[in-house]
This record gives sequence, structure tokens and C-alpha cells, in this order.
Amino acid sequence: MNGATATLNITRYLPGQDQIPRSQSYSVPYQRDWVILDALNYIKDHIDGTLSYRWSCRMGVCGSCGMMVNGVPKLTCAVFLRDFYPQEIRIEPLVNFPIIRDLVIDMSDFLDKLKSVKPWIIRKTEKQISEGEYLQTPEELSAYQQFTQCINCMLCYAACPVYGMEPEFLGPAAIALGYRYNQDSRDQGKESRQAVLGSHEGIWQCTFVGECTEVCPKEVDPAAAIQRSKVEITKDWFKSVLLPWGQR
Amino acid sequence: MDTYDIIIVGGGGAGLRAAIAAAESSPKLSIALVSKVYPMRSHTVSAEGGTAAVLRDNDSFDTHAKDTIFGADFLADQDAVEMFINEAPGELIQLEHWGCPWSRDPDGRMSVRAFGGMSVNRTAFAADKTGFHMLHALFQTSLKYESVNRYDECFVTTLLVNDGRVQGITIINIYNGQVEVITGKAVILCTGGGGRVFPFTTNAAIKTGDGMALAYRAGVALKDMEFVQYHPTGLPGTGILITEASRGEGGWLTNKDGYRYLQDYGLGPPTDEPVHRKMELGPRDILSRCHMQELEKGRTFEGPYGHYVHLDLRHLGENKINEKIPFVRELARKYIGIDPVYEPIPVRPVVHYMMGGISTDATTKTTLAGLYAAGETACVSINGANRLGSNSLTECLVFGARAGRSAAEYASAQSSPSSKPLEALARDEQQRLDQQFLRKEGGKERIATIRQEMHKTMEEGVGIYRNEEAMQKTCNTLSQLRERFKDISFDDRSSIFNTEVIAALELDFMLDVAGAIAHSAANRKESRGSHTRTDFPKRDDENFLKHSLAHRTVDGPRIEYSPVTITRWQPEERKY
Repeated sequence: MNGATATLNITRYLPGQDQIPRSQSYSVPYQRDWVILDALNYIKDHIDGTLSYRWSCRMGVCGSCGMMVNGVPKLTCAVFLRDFYPQEIRIEPLVNFPIIRDLVIDMSDFLDKLKSVKPWIIRKTEKQISEGEYLQTPEELSAYQQFTQCINCMLCYAACPVYGMEPEFLGPAAIALGYRYNQDSRDQGKESRQAVLGSHEGIWQCTFVGECTEVCPKEVDPAAAIQRSKVEITKDWFKSVLLPWGQR
Repeated sequence: MDTYDIIIVGGGGAGLRAAIAAAESSPKLSIALVSKVYPMRSHTVSAEGGTAAVLRDNDSFDTHAKDTIFGADFLADQDAVEMFINEAPGELIQLEHWGCPWSRDPDGRMSVRAFGGMSVNRTAFAADKTGFHMLHALFQTSLKYESVNRYDECFVTTLLVNDGRVQGITIINIYNGQVEVITGKAVILCTGGGGRVFPFTTNAAIKTGDGMALAYRAGVALKDMEFVQYHPTGLPGTGILITEASRGEGGWLTNKDGYRYLQDYGLGPPTDEPVHRKMELGPRDILSRCHMQELEKGRTFEGPYGHYVHLDLRHLGENKINEKIPFVRELARKYIGIDPVYEPIPVRPVVHYMMGGISTDATTKTTLAGLYAAGETACVSINGANRLGSNSLTECLVFGARAGRSAAEYASAQSSPSSKPLEALARDEQQRLDQQFLRKEGGKERIATIRQEMHKTMEEGVGIYRNEEAMQKTCNTLSQLRERFKDISFDDRSSIFNTEVIAALELDFMLDVAGAIAHSAANRKESRGSHTRTDFPKRDDENFLKHSLAHRTVDGPRIEYSPVTITRWQPEERKY
């Protein structure tokens, strides 16, 4: 180490003590191969044990450590100090969520929305375990595989301008996961998901800004899931109007 | 005081599988699923390569059992292994029915790949994010069971034991710092391993051995704790895992001369195509030792984070890498700026998995009435002295399901705990937490300092190669750290999302787990599986074909032993 330091300006907020979030500046040793999370851990361990944030796997798959880095939603375990150095780096909690404390946001709203899209296989008849697996070709798998990659990191909700204004909007990740099950050849539950996906709070609120796809660290492309759902639900609606006698 | 029939601690693969099994056993049972994180953050998420079961006609239960027992260096209980292997295929198919996006063959069947120490392709996988996909499939499926009530981000501080049986837990609700009691007729611990007692590990931050310490403190023995698995291929510096599947798909390990050195250690001959149980598909304990011997011979590379060798995937080609191990490529590019399509990946052995854990029988029952354990936190034992890669995810499923069913059966026959004695126990616990953690003032030891010193002594004393002197030193250092821990100081005295308090509670647990590891290791005067002693280099079946049982006492761990169950496979020399 050559004594170089990086400066992080971090949002601090402790309910009951702070009226509104404030910014606090920290200097950490600059290490070329440190990610932002390494710097936060350095602060926590050696400078200020009161700094609060979530993290766990530090390899971009558990989805815990999403924050705003210079105004952009990022997994802090996957962004390097060197990408910003020597500029100061602004670290804030993900926007569009209530702040619990410091960099910790309240994501319970997403958990409710996730459940509402019924993210599980729905079957009219269940196959017995003794009958073995459902066959699914690689092509059938690829129809939904991309949408299984969601790590629930909430970056897309922080990026979504609609969710920012209309908190009841289902949001990109929940819609992508609902769509994921709709496209799974093993699933027969599409109709029961459409009530939620096709509702006012569902896909129709999306104005197709595409920011969700832009920030997704796992290339899920929620915007595509939303657009394709719109097309499918529209098709289903036309069929139901034109063929009202159950010939769908 | 919230009241349930069954409390499950931990929301990873084993905990979620247990919750679903319990819910399906009887819709009348109320179930609490308590986790210090949101379940989908659990470390199961980081498992990559796959999950083993006999799924094909060219395989057999006996072959899977023999591979597992052989890999375990004969310390596995063979009756438990057979049960495990018989139930494994059904569990994988169950998960298929629940939507896990398994990789598929052209005919639509679940694909299987080669893995270390396995003599047949039997490792099912979802690309190289198998754990991630299994965890999310389980979590999302669990949402449909209304009887499962989640306590997300609640840290369990103690088991409440009254009348000779466990009757509940106390938690700190991380949101508000409140200490709360949850009562239950049965408790299942599914909290994963404790790789974070070591400095250099593939394990996530949350893997601090909490469940092991909870059981240990409640008087349950920790079994075979000396057996700590080093995975041969982690990224230097971070310890990020590069999956064994990269070798199952044909990757090579080469030293600084570009030589496939494993052929010098009885694992040859080297072949272009991977051969089961040979070369790069040898078991993890042996491959990690080979690395250290290459280091001794001066044939490893030296980088900013110490010695390393090369994992060469270039000959697999871009298409195969993208299709079968895309996460390996993503991790290598993102974290070390190396694209494995064009360059070899630097790797070195890294602490990965604990074979030991809470002593249970094959039904997941512990010696404490009402207490069950499953997954990495438990030790049945099916893994013995060295686990084979891809048996652990299956273990979470098979024993998670067993735990859910066992606890459901037990809870259905129990009356509700009476609240008076539990209230008294909870008051004691509140007092302990207030004094030592929540309201502690003063103190001069920094949490991070004690943690770092624990890391250092664990690596020095109970790393890949061990000897008497170094282990005794580690045992002594750990007891000094236990004393110094009493004098820890806190920067953060607020009650809202106080992660410093949680870090202190975790360190408290880790010191117990570390002590059990070091003392169990010092007492085992032989080399077996992952436990390698330079002063006792041979396996000693006469004296040590037995499980270690660490009991917690005021004077430190007391080590006892119990027999290993041998059924059809007599111990023989372990050669690959």
C-alpha cells in the first residue's frame, strides 16, 4: 500500500436521532482490487462500528448488498473502488424504498408482491415422484431460463421510475418471476397469475422505460418479460372476446 | 410470546425443505421459520456445481454408497449413507416438480455430470448455479404454505430448555433490537456451517456456526469437528469458489511449469478427457494436499495473495464454458479480470465445508428431546472425514425433509410447553444479552481484532497440515481470546438494525465452534480424510475408527468418542 486513500461519502440515518438522512465522509486505504463492499467492511471493522448495511456472499449471487453508487443502483460486492478512484464515491441506500437505517432499506413490500404472482409450479394434476421428472427439452428450458436468474437484489425497483411514483406497481422482478413460471412447460397456472399480472397494478403501469433491464446485474431483462406479458394478455383478452364459448 | 408447533432456525436449503416437509405432514401444524437473513440470501445460494443422486441406469445405489464411504475415509455411518442414497433421487425429482430449472439432455431428462470422487456421472445441475436455483425454487414454493410463518432477519440467541426438552428459542429482532421468545414443541436447526472461523473461505459472511453453538451450549455434542474441507480451487484473495464442475467438464490443474502435477501423486495417468476419480476428478482433501506439496517443491506460482496454481479451461472452448459453467466465466472476469476462455484461472485451496456438526442420528434427532438438525450444521454422519462434492446439496434435501417429518411427528404427540418456566428462562437470557451485548458499556477489545486473531490461529493450527505443537498453541490462543472477548467494546448502542451487536453474537458463537474444532483435532492422533497430521501421517483404524464428540464444559471442550457403523464396506486403504 502506498498510503493512497479513497473517500466515500455515505448516507447515515438513524431514526429517532436523525431528522433526515445525512452524509458522512470516510477515508479508507485505496486498494486496487477492493470492491466497494470491502471499503464498507473496512470502515465497519476499523473506523466506525455504527455503520449499518447488509451483505453476505460477496460474489454477486445472494442479492443482499444493493446500494446506490454515485446515483446508480449497484451490487457493492461487484463494483470496484478503482472504477471511481481518485474521485470521491457517493454511497446511498437504494432509492424508492423506506430506509430502516443507514444503507438498509425495507424490502418487505417486494416479498408481498413476489408471493402475489404465485411464484411456484401450479398443476391441474400432480405427477407422482415415482413417475419421475417432467421431461423438458433444452429449448423449453431456454424459453424461461433467463427469468430464473433474478437474485431479488431490488436494483430494478430502485431504477424503476414507475415504482418510485406508484408504490403499488408490482415492479420488474415480481413480474419477471411471474412470467418465468408462465413460460415454464411444467406449469399450468398461467390463468391464475393473470389476475395479478394483468391488473391495474401489474404490467399495464409499466411505461417501458427499460431502466430495470439496464441495471440488472444478472441480465434478467425484466422489461422484456413485461412487454411479452402485455402481448400475451392482450392476445388472451381478444380470444376471450372473440371466442366467448370456452374455445380458447 | 409467540407460540408454534415447530420452529425451524435457518432458511437455506435444509431449513426450507424442512418447513415444506413439516407443512405437508399436517396442515394443522404451525411452523415458524426463523432466519437472520431473508431466506433467499442463505449460503445455499452460492453452491455451484450440482447435487448427486442415482438417476441413471448405468448407476446404482451401491456405487454411490461406496464412493461416498470411500471418499469419507470410512468414517461415515454406512447405514445412514445407504438411507441417504436411497432417498436422494426422489428428492431431486421432487425439486424438479417444484420448478427447479435443471439443465437438460436433448431428450428432456435432467442432465448429469462428473464430479470429484464419483465413479459415474451422477451430479444433476442447473448450469453452475445449482444452489442458487435450488434455493429460489424452495423459497418460492414455500410461499404457498400458509402454515409457514417467517421471522426474517431475526437472530436466535439461545435454545430454551426446560424439563429435559427444548421448548423454544429467544431471538433478537434485528429491526428493533427487541428480545422476543418463540415457543415450540420441536426445534430444527438448519443454520449451515461455520467456515467463517477461518480467514480464507468460500463461505458467506453469515456462516458463523450459530446452530452448532446453540446446540453445543444446550448440552448436545458436536461430532467430528476436526474435519474441515479445503476446496482445491478458490480465487486467491477473496476465496470465491470456482466450482469442481469446471474439472468435471474437463478442466486441468497445472503448476508453474504448465505440468499437470496430480499425476505425481498417484492420481494419474493424465488423459485429455476426464476420467472418473482420476487426476482433476480426485477427491478434495487429496487435491488440496497435492497443492501444498507442490508449494513445498517450489512449483506453485507466487502472487500478491500467496501461492497458487492454474485451473486451465481453455481447451474446453467458449461454447462449452458458456453453456456448462457460465458463472465461472462471470466470476473470473469480474473479480480477477481473467477470461477463462483465453487464460488459465489462478486458484488455491480454500476452507469450504465442515464435515462435522451437531451430532444427530439418521432421523435428524439429537440427544436433546425435541431438537433436530439438518444440513451442514448437522453431522449424521454421511460425510465422515471428507465429503464428496455434490453430496451436500442432496444432504440438505434428504435430511431437511427427514427433519421436517421427524419434528412433525414428535410435535404432534407433545403438549404445549407451559409458559411460566420459559418466561423465567427468557428473563435470564434478556439479562445475559443486556449485560454482555445490548447494554454493555466500556470495554477495550475491538470485535474485528478478536475475530482476526481467531482467524490467524485457526489457519496456523488447524489448516491443511496439522501437528501437536501448533494445535496446542491454537487451543491456548482460543481460550485467551475467549477471555478477551468479555472485554469487547461497542461503537453502536442503538437498537435499530444494530449489525455490530449481531457481529459480536456471531463471534461469540464462532469462538465456541473454533474451540471444538481445535480440541477435536488435537485429540485425533492419526491422519484421515481432511485431517492430516505431520506427526501422525497414517490412518489408525485400531484406535481412531470412531467419531469424536465434543462436549462443552466450563474448562473447555471435553472430547469423547462413539463407534462408526460399518455394514457392508470394510475399511481398506484409500487409493484412487
